[in-house]
Amino acid sequence: MILLSLNPLALLRAMPGACAQGLIWGIMALGVYITFRLLDFPDLTVDGTLATGGAVAVMLIRAGVNPWVSLIVSFAVGMLAGMITGLLHTGLGIPGILSSILTQISLYSINLNIMGKSNQAINVDQYKLVVSLRYISGDALTKFKFYGGVTLGCLILVMIMYCYFGTEQGQAIRATGCNMSMAKAQGINTNFHTVLALMISNGLVGLCGGLYAQYQGAADVNMGRGAIVIGLAAVIIGEVLFGKFCVRRKSAFAFTMISVILGAVLYYIVIAFVLWLKMPSDDMKLFSAIVVAIFLSIPYLKNKYGKKGVARQ
Amino acid sequence: MSNGAKTYALELRDIHKTFNPGTINEKTALDGLNLQLEDGDFVTIIGGNGAGKSTALNAIAGVWPVDRGSIIIGDTDVTSLPEHKRAKFLGRVFQDPMTGTAATMSIEENMALAARRGKRRTLKWGVTKEEKERYMGMLKTLDLGLEDRLTSKVGLLSGGQRQAVTLLMASLQKPNLLLLDEHTAALDPKTAAKVLALSDKIIEENHLTAMMVTHNMKDAIIHGNRLIMMHEGRIIYDVRGEEKKSLHVSDLLSKFEEVSGGEFANDRMILS
Ligand SMILES: Nc1ncnc2c1ncn2[C@@H]1O[C@H](COP(=O)(O)OP(=O)(O)OP(=O)(O)O)[C@@H](O)[C@H]1O
Ligand SMILES: [Mg+2]
Repeated sequence: MILLSLNPLALLRAMPGACAQGLIWGIMALGVYITFRLLDFPDLTVDGTLATGGAVAVMLIRAGVNPWVSLIVSFAVGMLAGMITGLLHTGLGIPGILSSILTQISLYSINLNIMGKSNQAINVDQYKLVVSLRYISGDALTKFKFYGGVTLGCLILVMIMYCYFGTEQGQAIRATGCNMSMAKAQGINTNFHTVLALMISNGLVGLCGGLYAQYQGAADVNMGRGAIVIGLAAVIIGEVLFGKFCVRRKSAFAFTMISVILGAVLYYIVIAFVLWLKMPSDDMKLFSAIVVAIFLSIPYLKNKYGKKGVARQ
Repeated sequence: MSNGAKTYALELRDIHKTFNPGTINEKTALDGLNLQLEDGDFVTIIGGNGAGKSTALNAIAGVWPVDRGSIIIGDTDVTSLPEHKRAKFLGRVFQDPMTGTAATMSIEENMALAARRGKRRTLKWGVTKEEKERYMGMLKTLDLGLEDRLTSKVGLLSGGQRQAVTLLMASLQKPNLLLLDEHTAALDPKTAAKVLALSDKIIEENHLTAMMVTHNMKDAIIHGNRLIMMHEGRIIYDVRGEEKKSLHVSDLLSKFEEVSGGEFANDRMILS
């Protein structure tokens, strides 16, 4: 009955937006990947950082700053937020997850101060925005420029990250996250590299916030609420679906990062789908949390129950 | 620091360390530890459970600060240096094969990390072409078939293979002092013998100064040029040279019995 009332065309119409949103949020998922997977640090700062990146971008653009430049500032401000979480943890000995919550909460006030109220809009007609919702309903050339640009941007970011995590410094970060005793024994300043990784991660999240604010034409103090869950969902969906494909490759790390971005796109496609099924948007956060919980538990359950049959042979 | 006095490869002066002071778990693990190692000394360390052997090695490595005393490596007083800054003087292999390597990173990446011990981590490429060739050559000498697996994740290796790689890593950047804490204890006897032989070879070829904790008294006698026995956070027996070579396990046992009042029966010292 309900199914009949659904319009397949409406779903189709929702896809371009879902893909665009997924690509933009893919950048924040890359940041989450750095802390969650490489550093093994559950960083909740990102919920605050995302809104800070958005708030800064919107206020700067309103003040006449070039939208591209505003993104650089969003990135820098994100790094600053990451640094604070890192210093609370490494310098003052506050447990990692708590440090990140403290920063996240303070950012809420800071974001309100940046914007002067709980949200601020920018008019796409008034400014030459880097990305905008408007572009996906524009003419073919605009659409092509938009999707091509965002995809290319994501690929360039993946390449930069791939190179960075292959440098001495990037490897030191990975060693710190993988085995702290080993890293220290090899003379790696684990505190420094923990802070550095948090800065890079939150820089990316700030950048995503700036882009997303331009995309939807507004920044809101609550725009980052639950962002960590979306980031985790992207990371995990990417790993579960494309993990096998990635491991055997020569540049496994680059493929993993691409799969994280694809994970974000898929996440938004799924969201578009359930919205189309008339799920109330109020229930979206609950739904996202359940999806993440399921995907997080798959590797664990696979290990626990899946391999038994194989082991017995 | 060099005020004309003789410098040693390592000098421990009156080291004290108490864990959980002021609580019911208070434990004095090092109680006035003094030790001087000459360049090229290879010391084996034995002692019962809880004697303070690991604590002594951790104190040297700077895992936590000591309560009192000083630690001098060559002509550098490292007592107040954090662990990562002392690393440039030290090569370390741990009891647990998992501890010495980064499991999610490849063999070559692990080795490259070790080759840069004590150096600043820059934005230069992490593993260069020349390095790969060098590592391949070094892995070949291990004869474990690892030379073709430079890009394999270390997590896929066996415990013995991991310890062998960790030993190589410790010697890539010649350390002033090599610390081996029961590094063969988690291995099966055959693999343990192999890794032990490799340790001897690496120490000899690189003329390293080394400290090796072991529970096997026979190994303690055969290897190295000096042997110390620890008990309750102090050194209670220290022999070297010819005198050490002529030791028998029974000598060590009676020495041990003397200080511990015959409790060794429930100790996990290996008597064979
Ligand atoms: N980090 C720590 N915190 C609290 N107590 C500790 C710590 N490390 C060691 N100890 C205690 O200090 C004492 C000496 O321990 P240590 O590990 O040095 O013994 P060991 O000689 O290496 O013994 P084993 O042969 O069992 O390895 C023990 O009583 C131990 O419980
Ligand atoms: Mg021990």
